[in-house]
Amino acid sequence: MNSFCSLTFILLFLPGSAALWALAPRRARPAVLLAASYACFWLISGALLGMLVAATLVTYATGLALGALRERQRRALVGLSRAERKALKQRGRARLNLVLATGALVLLGMLVAVKYLPFFAQIGSSLLELTGLGGPLVAPRLAAPIGISFYTLQALSYLFDVKNGVVAADRNLLRLALFMSFFPEIMEGPICRYTDTADQLTSGRPPQGPEVGSGCVRILWGAAKILLVADRVNLFVKPVFADHTAWDGTVIFVAAALYTLQLYCDFSGTMDIALGAAHLFGIRLPENFRQPFFSRTASEFWERWHITLGSWLRDYVFYPVSLSGPVKGVASVLRKRLGMRLGSVLSGGVALACVWVLNGLWHGAGWQYIFFGLYYFALILGASLAEPVFQRLRTLLHVNPEARGWHLFQVVRTCLIVIVGELFFRAEGLRAGLAMFSTVVKSFSPAQLADGTLLAPGMDGADFALTAVMVLALLAVDLWREHGSPVPAGALRHRTALTCVAGVGLVLAIILFGAYGGTYVPLDPIYAQF
Amino acid sequence: MDTVIDILESLKPGIDYAHTTDLVTSRVLDSLTIIALVGELEDEYDISIPAVEIVVSNFNSAAAIYALVERLASEETL
Repeated sequence: MNSFCSLTFILLFLPGSAALWALAPRRARPAVLLAASYACFWLISGALLGMLVAATLVTYATGLALGALRERQRRALVGLSRAERKALKQRGRARLNLVLATGALVLLGMLVAVKYLPFFAQIGSSLLELTGLGGPLVAPRLAAPIGISFYTLQALSYLFDVKNGVVAADRNLLRLALFMSFFPEIMEGPICRYTDTADQLTSGRPPQGPEVGSGCVRILWGAAKILLVADRVNLFVKPVFADHTAWDGTVIFVAAALYTLQLYCDFSGTMDIALGAAHLFGIRLPENFRQPFFSRTASEFWERWHITLGSWLRDYVFYPVSLSGPVKGVASVLRKRLGMRLGSVLSGGVALACVWVLNGLWHGAGWQYIFFGLYYFALILGASLAEPVFQRLRTLLHVNPEARGWHLFQVVRTCLIVIVGELFFRAEGLRAGLAMFSTVVKSFSPAQLADGTLLAPGMDGADFALTAVMVLALLAVDLWREHGSPVPAGALRHRTALTCVAGVGLVLAIILFGAYGGTYVPLDPIYAQF
Repeated sequence: MDTVIDILESLKPGIDYAHTTDLVTSRVLDSLTIIALVGELEDEYDISIPAVEIVVSNFNSAAAIYALVERLASEETL
């Protein structure tokens, strides 16, 4: 059971857990859900479940210590003068930071040990070699439990929120354990905040009638995205990226575009399954995608793609770094010397660089991921710096920013930026990515898009036709979500019938047109590896 | 309130700040602009705006920004 699309999960584990949960008395439902979540984790990662339990206990103890410190400080402040309060708050902040740092270091230590140690050892070896200070460093490759990057960020957000007084430290270990392990989230997120899910997870509220139906349709829609598109286009993507030297620019560009589509279908499809599965337990998880390919800029794209990672980095890295003493000092100097706008953007660039290096590293331990992060850092900072120039150019050229043509141009430009980014992201290393990009620039030929060249890597005409139909279906659904439902309000009276038709249609489409058996090889969930 | 609108105008001109109530949700203020705004507000009003206060509801309109500034200023003088 290494994927939400496996028959074991869809036909046995999910309905079995939902049935057990629904049959249990309401008070016992949180315990049933925790047992199901740990069972799911065990089936995927075995004894590495111990790491999740250890991370939960560290988070629980650190949260309680932070809560106790805050409470002690609150009591001590009563009756003091302003100066005394200020001094006490400063001392209190230092203690809170120390406790937070201890807990965070243990959590991050576990993450680094299983995910980044070989990469950091490689960097250390190169530095030692350059300086002539010693021999190569060797780090063991350890097995990583499923979802460690996701649950670690969730735990850290909880600790930051307790330290800042946004949430109270939880004394209920069961609730905290569920918050960190709820099984629909463990594969690929979404990365939830404590305020998003903690109370829902332990309320045991039964799902309302429409929630079960809409949850099942959402699960099927997610499975359709994965089985009809992501697994199918792998026939093209895999061989091209495995040996890029065998292909010319047109094929490589199409492979990058299809990989972008594959990543979207795989990741957003898994999110659809996660959110739909949560509905069966009466739980609403936060959305992780909001029609990303309708974005007008790279910055907007990241507000619509993997939303929960972007907002995590914004709230717990970007703003705290931007508002830290040293960065504020630099900002103040730059604003005085370069003007309010330029000075602020440049000083904000320090925090932005931290965000994008971490975004790249979060996706994997490799230079191509760091390059991927810096690519977006350069694009977003560059666009912000050049905005006054763009503004003047638009005025000179009489461009109406609200015109449909301009909007379409911006959307297509953003899609191209994303495709280039994904080319580097998927490439087998940074050197391969640069070579592939160079080949696209040198030898892309539009004529090859229709002369049969694209049939060489592994997808035949029927595969392309089915992919095109699914792209149109995805576009229709995204347009519906962006601009509102085209279904007349009166038709919603027949919601049950509509849900059944959608469900049966999706099951038939998956059975008839799904990419399974024969030459198709199921794709491992891409984001589960991050 | 007028000072807040003047600061907003200097950062991103051409918006009806007195009446717009979706400055963050409609992307008039992005993260970098919010940081610039926070710096200016801190200098102008001699306050400190912590990261935890940077939420949509505090920055979606000039009135909300002014309310935040007033609240933080009064907390600091308590």
